[in-house]
Amino acid sequence: MNIFEFLSPSDELTTVSGPEDHVVLSSRVRLARNVASLPFPGRAKKQSRQETCDHIKPVVSSASAMRGGFSTGMEDLKALEKQLLVERHLISREHAAKGGGSAFVLSKDQALSVMINEEDHLRMQALMPGMQIKQVWQKIDRFDTSLEKKLDYGFDADYGYLTACPTNLGTGIRVSAMLHLPGLVLTDQVNQIVQAVTKLGHAVRGLYGEGTEALGHIFQVSNQMTLGESEADIIERIHKVVLQIIEHETNARSVLQQSNAKELLNHVGRAFGVLANAHIVSSKESMNQLSLIRLGVKLGMVKDVDVSMIDELFLVSQPAHLQHQIGEKLAGEERDVHRADLLRQKLSGIGGIQLPQ
Amino acid sequence: MKCCQPNCDNEATVHLTEIVNGEMKKIDLCEECAKEKGVTDPQGFALADLLLGLGASSEMDAAGIELECPTCGFTQVDFKKTGRLGCSACYTVFAEPLEGMLKQMHKGTQHVGKVPKALRAKMDITRQRDHISEQLQKAIDTENYEEAARLRDQLKEIGAASSIKEGK
Repeated sequence: MNIFEFLSPSDELTTVSGPEDHVVLSSRVRLARNVASLPFPGRAKKQSRQETCDHIKPVVSSASAMRGGFSTGMEDLKALEKQLLVERHLISREHAAKGGGSAFVLSKDQALSVMINEEDHLRMQALMPGMQIKQVWQKIDRFDTSLEKKLDYGFDADYGYLTACPTNLGTGIRVSAMLHLPGLVLTDQVNQIVQAVTKLGHAVRGLYGEGTEALGHIFQVSNQMTLGESEADIIERIHKVVLQIIEHETNARSVLQQSNAKELLNHVGRAFGVLANAHIVSSKESMNQLSLIRLGVKLGMVKDVDVSMIDELFLVSQPAHLQHQIGEKLAGEERDVHRADLLRQKLSGIGGIQLPQ
Repeated sequence: MKCCQPNCDNEATVHLTEIVNGEMKKIDLCEECAKEKGVTDPQGFALADLLLGLGASSEMDAAGIELECPTCGFTQVDFKKTGRLGCSACYTVFAEPLEGMLKQMHKGTQHVGKVPKALRAKMDITRQRDHISEQLQKAIDTENYEEAARLRDQLKEIGAASSIKEGK
């Protein structure tokens, strides 16, 4: 079976919703772990990296949580397959560049995944839709505990879990929530919120993690510090921060609805107008316009459209998903044409946009 | 949009936005400059930025001596270049220059939180022993000999218990 057959189809994936999904798109916790006495992947020679991978991969894929899962060496994945995994947030862009000596393991329900020999020997994550930060932590915590019996983790009484980069030292934990914040962007409040959140020692990033643009009004909030604070405290703080952002975003949306109704209608209506009629659409444009349509749908302004359809378009209008859907490799301009075709086809039948009563 | 690097007139195709410590940074680069800066490895780039911002490399220099990890051969120069360490043992070798950096980077320099089960019992004993030794010293300093004797007995007990455990 190849990875395309294994992955849930995009339309199936987006019908699964989570709590507070009008703002929180997904919750994730990742842990960085290394095997004691082996050099970190960045330092290891090719042969030693391969040996480390051969040592870890069977342990991970035979864990009970990985039953019925998918396991592959990075050298066996095609460029398009890797890109698709990046778009699903299952591997990092850094890992996508890896070949032999690195591997990827994914659970059957696709909520649990492990990158072997990325920056650390193990980068494991649990990812679930909506606001489920505490649930994803429990899931990854259990999985990590099941592995520690079979892998001798590098651990120090003072420094905790030892990681290749000192920024991950200690708990090795990165807790993050993907947030859709069009209300705060349209009311010019997002910078204030971002500043407040970063003052608390958290990071705010774009859709694809470090060093990426905040496309489609999507922001990722995560903890920065990993040493000197327990996992439970870190999770509690991120949880609180996200709840506050949800409140601000919800307020911003109702302010828009009540005092700027025409402006709101204009934004959503124009987004529809463009995507339902354009013939060349870049992925950046599609994300930004789909974001506004999603806002409209969530505010009940668009009749007979389920948000899962918009979320599916979000996913399939991204380059690798689009090429996979079309079934061939496409150059940038060709993609923009195919993307526009797809969007027109899905959105043209939709009726008028109204303010909810 | 043009590439933001001096003396470069190419169209920028790589756009980075990152917010660290309340400051938003936007960088627009062309394909070539991006490669040159190592931005094709976005995590590495953000990291170097972050570490340099915190003065990581100067910490290492301030330590003066040329350190090298006997286990993996990693040196200070390697750290400056990559912002990462070579293996678990590096944390012992570079403990001194790392200390200041970790203080700035994290909430504290003592791990709090999950510990692998196999190490938990051992760590508890070490912690207990350290704690009692500290109290014992205080008791001696304040000439509270009765308390000191009691603490000394406690230490003996722990020592005996842990040696039994380790002997198994």
